[in-house]
Amino acid sequence: MPQQRIVLKNCGVIDPRDIKTYVKKGGFKALAKVREEMTPEDVTNEIKASGLRGRGGAGFPCGIKWEGARKSPGDEKYVICNADEGEVGTFKDRYILERDPFTLVEAMAIAGYAIGAKQGYIYLRAEYHHLFDLLQDAVNQARQYLNNFSIEIREGAGAYICGEESALMDSIEGKRGEARYRPPFPTTAGLWGKPTIINNVETLMNIPQIMLNGADWFSQMGTERSKGTKVFSVSGDVENPGVYELVLGSPLRELVEELALAKNIKMIQIGGATGRILPYEKIDTPLAFEAVLGAGAVTVYNASRDVIDIVYRTMEFLAEESCGKCTPCRQGTEVMVEILERFNQGEGSKKEIKDLEDLSSAMMLSSLCGLGQAAPNAIIDTLQHFRDAYESRVAGN
Amino acid sequence: MSQQGTLTQPRGREDLVGLLKEAQSKFGYVPEEVMAELAESLEIPINEVYGVASFYSFLSIKPVGRNVIRVCQSLPCYLKNSQLIIETVEEELGIKPGETTPDGRFSFQLTNCIGLCDQAPAMMINNDAHVDLTPEKISQILKSYP
Repeated sequence: MPQQRIVLKNCGVIDPRDIKTYVKKGGFKALAKVREEMTPEDVTNEIKASGLRGRGGAGFPCGIKWEGARKSPGDEKYVICNADEGEVGTFKDRYILERDPFTLVEAMAIAGYAIGAKQGYIYLRAEYHHLFDLLQDAVNQARQYLNNFSIEIREGAGAYICGEESALMDSIEGKRGEARYRPPFPTTAGLWGKPTIINNVETLMNIPQIMLNGADWFSQMGTERSKGTKVFSVSGDVENPGVYELVLGSPLRELVEELALAKNIKMIQIGGATGRILPYEKIDTPLAFEAVLGAGAVTVYNASRDVIDIVYRTMEFLAEESCGKCTPCRQGTEVMVEILERFNQGEGSKKEIKDLEDLSSAMMLSSLCGLGQAAPNAIIDTLQHFRDAYESRVAGN
Repeated sequence: MSQQGTLTQPRGREDLVGLLKEAQSKFGYVPEEVMAELAESLEIPINEVYGVASFYSFLSIKPVGRNVIRVCQSLPCYLKNSQLIIETVEEELGIKPGETTPDGRFSFQLTNCIGLCDQAPAMMINNDAHVDLTPEKISQILKSYP
């Protein structure tokens, strides 16, 4: 399947510092159309029909989220753009924000119209502070088009967990970024307890074109349960690291071998630290919610890499970034690091392979948020595909 | 004299993270007096302010150097030999990750993914991104931070 530029349509085409170049390319036509020709219900219905799902990793249907917030009673509602891209190996949102901040602003205004919100927030990770002025400038330039919708940029202060939507809201409220118990879900009780939608940068980037071209146009692309395109961040052992947009359902091979020019691949981690690990034999797996996707981080490891070392480093990251609120994640990730460290030094045991498996299922079942639930993925996948790597590190072997 | 008096007037609790960051850049860390004053003006317990100040990696409750170096230790940079960059910084400054130079010029930290994996290995100094690092580039870059 070909590369297709929908999300990245304006990247490299417009001047991100000059709104006139955006308007010249059809900018704000979608917002005008929505306001003049569509009811809020029309908007959420169109998005539902498009099949657009969240691009931040969880894949929740965007239209259902928006509809939930639209139907929630109350005058005070919020639109949040999650620009806290912190998943290991992900940089697509940075790429997008650097090149086309205006589409995002337009999409947020459409979201505001659809759910009945007057206030939007862009939660920008502290590591992307260098984008703050560009974004603020884009918001300022767009003000004339936004009517009564305003956007405030809120910056994080360095915490991976704040990309998790409930922790993100706590952070905006001035608290430690810790995951919340759900229900209630943000669409009924989100920021300051008010109905709120939180969407990833890339998810929102799709909205204006869905409004202009219609749900049918969008849903023609992709697979049955994965519509449209996906923007991937490719890094690691490849000749051409970078950002690529492909129609959903495209094979992994196309991305890593044909576009990023990877050679001699041992395995590929898709979705970052909480993502899946596939051996080279699975290179024809389609990139789709039905198979593997996450937020689209694709890290390639060649034959020289050590599986256990990679998993150990992945788990070290998760243990460090666990917010500590729930026990399975806080303790589970720590214990996994300890065990993996022993395997890394060739001092594992058969019993500990079983311990890793038991711990994995407990964490998946009982962790409070996606971090703890998905933390064991790297272990589960490598135990399935590279079990001998563990067995060869059992003490005495 | 009031320390917090030099910070922006808060609208409310929602400004706590921003105010702590402001204190961080003004004083090089979040001093205890600032935490106490923020607790009072926002009418929240000081342990909550401490809880927030100690949660985020860009906030520090102990003094740090004038310039904070954060070398990315995550896998995409690791694959591009970030270890060599870490060792080079150690040699140039004579300190290990987690330490500050005796003259207070640099603090050296390791950080998790900073979203520059396509230009790995990468690091940040204060708010500046430095990419495609080589040992040769390091001393030149460090020189530009007085």
